[in-house]
Amino acid sequence: MTGTRLGSGGRIDRGQVIPFRWGDTVLQGFAGDTLASALLANGVRVVGRSFKYHRPRGIFAAGVEEPNAIVDVRIGDRHDANARASLVTLQHGIVARPIAGWPSVTRDAFAALDLLQRFLPAGFYYKTFMRPSWSRYEANIRRMAGLGRASHQPDMRQFETRNIQIDVLVVGAGPAGLAAARAAAASGRSVMLVDENPDFGGSLLWQDGTIDDRPAADWAAATTAELAAQGVTLLPATTAFGYYDHNTLGLMERRATAAPGWALDRLWCVTAGKVVLATGSLERPLVFPHNDRPGVMSAAAVLRYLRQYAVLVGRSVVITTNNDSAYATAAALRLAGAEVAVADVRTAPGQAAKDATALGVSVIPGSVVTDTGGRLGVRWADIGPADATSKKAATRRVSCSIVACSGGWTPVVHLFSQSGGKLRWDAAASAFLPGIGRQDHQLSGGMNGVTSLAECLASGHRAGIAASGATMLAAPRAEPAAVETPLQPFWFVRIPGARQWLDLQNDVTVKDVGLAARENFQSVEHLKRYTTLGMATDQGKTSNVNGIAVMAELTGRGIAETGTTTFRPPYAPVSLGGLAGSRHGLLYSPRRELPAHGEHLALGADMREYGGWMRPACYPRLDETTAAAIRREASAVRADAGLFDGSSLGKIEVCGPDAAAFLNLMYYNNVENLKPGRLRYVLLLREAGTVYDDGVIARLAADRYLLSPSSSHTAGVLAMLEQWRQTEYPAMHVAFHDVTAAWATFVVCGPRVRDIMASLAAEIDLSDAALPHMALADGHVLGVPARIARVSFTGERSYEVSVPAGYGPALWRHLLAQGPTPYGIESLSVLRAEKGYILIGTDTDGLTMPADLDMSGPLRAKKVDFVGRRSLTTPDGVRADRRQFVGLLPQDPNFVPPVGTHAVDASRKSLGWITTSAYSPTVGRSIALAMISGGRARIGDVVELFDRGRVSQAKVCAPVFHDPAGEKLHG
Amino acid sequence: MRYSGWQLLKQGLRGNAGWQPAWRTPVLQRSYDAIVVGGGGHGLAAAYYLARVHGLKRVAVLERGWIGGGNTGRNTTIVRSNYFFAESAAMYDFALRLYEGLSRELNYNIMLSQRGVLNLAHTEHDMELMTRSVNAMLLNGIDVELLDAKQVRDEVPLLNFSPSARFPIHGGFVQRRGGVARHDAVAWAYARGASDLGVDIIQNCDVTGWLREGSRIVGVETSLGRISAGVCAMSVAGHSGVMAEMAGFRLPITSYALQAMVSEPLKPILDTVVMSTATGMYVSQSDKGELVFGAGLDLYPSYAQRGNLPTGQAIVAAMLELFPAFRRLKMLRQWAGIVDVCWDYSPVIGPAPVEGLYLNCGWGTGGFKATPVGGWLLAHLMATGQHHALSAPFDLGRFTSGMLVDEAAGAGIAH
Repeated sequence: MTGTRLGSGGRIDRGQVIPFRWGDTVLQGFAGDTLASALLANGVRVVGRSFKYHRPRGIFAAGVEEPNAIVDVRIGDRHDANARASLVTLQHGIVARPIAGWPSVTRDAFAALDLLQRFLPAGFYYKTFMRPSWSRYEANIRRMAGLGRASHQPDMRQFETRNIQIDVLVVGAGPAGLAAARAAAASGRSVMLVDENPDFGGSLLWQDGTIDDRPAADWAAATTAELAAQGVTLLPATTAFGYYDHNTLGLMERRATAAPGWALDRLWCVTAGKVVLATGSLERPLVFPHNDRPGVMSAAAVLRYLRQYAVLVGRSVVITTNNDSAYATAAALRLAGAEVAVADVRTAPGQAAKDATALGVSVIPGSVVTDTGGRLGVRWADIGPADATSKKAATRRVSCSIVACSGGWTPVVHLFSQSGGKLRWDAAASAFLPGIGRQDHQLSGGMNGVTSLAECLASGHRAGIAASGATMLAAPRAEPAAVETPLQPFWFVRIPGARQWLDLQNDVTVKDVGLAARENFQSVEHLKRYTTLGMATDQGKTSNVNGIAVMAELTGRGIAETGTTTFRPPYAPVSLGGLAGSRHGLLYSPRRELPAHGEHLALGADMREYGGWMRPACYPRLDETTAAAIRREASAVRADAGLFDGSSLGKIEVCGPDAAAFLNLMYYNNVENLKPGRLRYVLLLREAGTVYDDGVIARLAADRYLLSPSSSHTAGVLAMLEQWRQTEYPAMHVAFHDVTAAWATFVVCGPRVRDIMASLAAEIDLSDAALPHMALADGHVLGVPARIARVSFTGERSYEVSVPAGYGPALWRHLLAQGPTPYGIESLSVLRAEKGYILIGTDTDGLTMPADLDMSGPLRAKKVDFVGRRSLTTPDGVRADRRQFVGLLPQDPNFVPPVGTHAVDASRKSLGWITTSAYSPTVGRSIALAMISGGRARIGDVVELFDRGRVSQAKVCAPVFHDPAGEKLHG
Repeated sequence: MRYSGWQLLKQGLRGNAGWQPAWRTPVLQRSYDAIVVGGGGHGLAAAYYLARVHGLKRVAVLERGWIGGGNTGRNTTIVRSNYFFAESAAMYDFALRLYEGLSRELNYNIMLSQRGVLNLAHTEHDMELMTRSVNAMLLNGIDVELLDAKQVRDEVPLLNFSPSARFPIHGGFVQRRGGVARHDAVAWAYARGASDLGVDIIQNCDVTGWLREGSRIVGVETSLGRISAGVCAMSVAGHSGVMAEMAGFRLPITSYALQAMVSEPLKPILDTVVMSTATGMYVSQSDKGELVFGAGLDLYPSYAQRGNLPTGQAIVAAMLELFPAFRRLKMLRQWAGIVDVCWDYSPVIGPAPVEGLYLNCGWGTGGFKATPVGGWLLAHLMATGQHHALSAPFDLGRFTSGMLVDEAAGAGIAH
């Protein structure tokens, strides 16, 4: 006889029947069930298979520590490939199935592996599969490994993230947490209370006790209601999964409902003034031979299933324990009508045992379960002496369907440890307890080693007061704890050769720990990594302490000396979508749009992303290819006039009395002698002397400059200026302001440009005398404030007209109406390539120095130091074979060698590479720009080009293909 | 004791009681010919090659904690040699070639899985940079292939090929010989190999200072007492700056936390290593079934071996942007290691500014893939006092000469 539902009791709603699928069958549960409790109520025993030996596995626990019941759950379009059945709230539409077992979870062909277990000890795969190579075996082993099957469908749900600051964050809403929140709320400070379960109360929901003369569960409900009324933020079904620096915690809330299209998981990033940890404790298994069969359960879980879900997991139960807590389970089972025998390793179990005996429980002192039997679930258990050292020891075989075990309690110190706190082994408590903490928190209840209800309440109350400064409140009271008989540490049964499981999911046994000890994997971290102990999806919640204790015993060390592994986030697995939260798509990486974005769309522009900006690549006409559009636009600029949206070009204003001196320390070029109203082309270097950015700098006034960094480097340049100002020149009076988004900037250029400029009715003198090339002036155009600069990136006479961004679309329309051809980035790239103007990040990379670009003039002229100066004269900086910027004329004038093509020498060593290439409509042939080793000395030579095996030839030339004298700038 | 399937059978029949320690727990000597500080993969490999290639008999590895517990046990296990510069390509490819023979040489299955490393291109500019890189690698003798978007889709159909993807996929390039290896096993394999050749591996031995004779370093001060040595080396990623300061010099290194994480185990869903420069993301699926992934560094220098939540979120977001199906999965574990980053993202291997000491540090985020070569070159330096041809370009002197090997620039990152 296995699990059944009782006719009454429990916190389930028998009025709400919930049908659900389990594999091929339809079962029924009630509202208030978890998937695990509903499966148990339906008598389901085998829910999975172990990872390595494919042994049958049943539900072991009732909470987050469950190692076995990992199942596939679908609810509508939601899917969890590795759901923990004990955490899945039963609801309509659940389709659950086992993730392991072929053809079925109860009849698994791979169970044959178990017969070979002696040849597959811990880490066996490190010792074989080497010939001919691992790749011969890997695919099959990968197929055997893994848990659930992930869905291949994109998940389009949106995830919400909340960032919040709170005075007091209480983690855990059991007795200690509720008492703490209650005390803290009385202080008037902002308080948040979180618990991983859907109902607050923790163990109060299934354990005996009265608080302030009320049943404990009632007190929990009433206190929760009070807290809600006081404005405490209550987050049930929320896992505090990570405790980071500065009292920052990550919480993952699993909401019951969400708006359509939105995920239930919601991340809370909480920064708390004070944290109260009331995370409780988890029962750890008592380890005995064949303790992995379905039907072997945590004694506390058996009690919880009975009380909270009214599920009697079996009518004949053997309990094996080393402490008093399992007697509550024994008594409750007996009262529910079960036959119960208790094997207690202690020879004098004391009052709890006497009370149980009085109820009709059979207690066998000084004994332990020494074996179990039953193919797909426990059918019998042998009870023998606790100090048995051989299978021949006198045992008594008891028929039973459940073996409930309790090896003591493991405080949930995970968050404390994550926060940087040190743990200490407390021999009396037989547990790792918090030692020295590192952050601003209070510890309370079970996680701090407190066991009785009365003390949990008191410690929670104290923690709440300490965290909030509240005073005017009496602590909740419970009856004092009965005198307990101390736990007797008991780590495994000393019967040689018996298989005793420590990690149920990963199949790690006591023998495996013995092997690790023999092979010198004695550090707990080596133990974990070599045997995989504690590396399953439960992260060792039930196996960690037992494994460490076994290693300690086998190596003759104490547990304190053996130590514990480091606890890492997350406390329990959390959804990746939830973690990323709103960081998705454009909120993960925003795209910027130009002020005249809509105008470009209206023109049918081919919009592409360049350095975070959406910009027109070109404006193809109907039935026009991109290449044809680029040729048409480039030709029009040279022959007539062009219009270009340059609004994304950076604009950083630099002002202050030390602006000139500061910029002179930063820039490669002298900017101090620049006259107001004039522009200069400048380079910004990194410390290594390499070109970080180029651009035009304008002096607006004696104490005011305007920088125009490359579109994609504006943020980087600003950060660099700030870094140098703050860390190297803090005494200088200078400030920076990125005004890029404040302006719309359009470039008008070409032979007909003056006619177009005349249409602007500019209140600015546009004559060459007043506004020569590389000058700028402020004023008005078309009645709005404007700035006009003479600067060219095409080689044509050019005017850059800037107006406040809001006027951008209107100015664009006005200019367009004058008939220039709009041209995009790709067309500009052809035009600037014809002139040999570099594009930072395309023609240069992080290795390019100014001299490589034939721009060493400013260095000779500049007397003061600047960033990167020292590196320009290192042996590397003056090597003769540095790559230099040159032009290439492919031998085949119709072949455009791809960017990234290398030039090679006779021995196929790389001489450098092509950085830009295009078909030039102006020159009427293909052209390229390249960085070639010793390039300037090679001008006139023919070099071989290499692109993925394809070879061609090109002639090296100066990097200018059109108007070398620059006459058109002034034409 | 030789490991083999046969040995597993034999020992299994005898109750697995006959297995020997993978490495000895030796009695600490007061003097050694060579001491390597740092029992990570690199340090253990150096000790192994000192004994095997150079025949040194009295070698010790001193480890503050447990061997393989630093970055060796914290990385995302990727091995590859798809580097831009000839100097890097030669070095990392030598490492990959050593990896290819390592399981058999050390008789320990390090589970080298040459499943390919695929780098994604998200713009035409990325494709141009990749063309440049692929050509450089082909000319350097590294076997890589440039793929178009369709070829990428055939290899990794789960990538986000939606037209509305924030990072559309234009193509990529793949190094088929790249892949992953079992990181812990590499440390254990070298430890076992070294121990069998007589190397003393001393765990829980904290080096607290350097012993000097005049200006020369002649040993170490440790939590277990003084130990003298003919020659010393440090191979202590994450603490290189600290150890250097003890010796009285500074390194051009900044240390950052680098986070990594794994999902819960899944049946096979991703068969290659996928990397994306635009998001900094890299992901692979371990043989156990966990997705192992990471992305950029935490933003500030740190020695604390833990990451912060916002960077963790950004890493997850980076992966999900490319694999929208993975949003349903769960993170099982998250951790951080400390990476020592040089200006040019290349390592420092060579003599320290102090006589008697050699350096192997500054591997940044990529030390695991170089484990065999880091050990090989450090052993060569310690045994001969001379640079190996492969390590010469990575001498500390390059920061004076300017002869940087700037792989970040080569990869088109952050210039």
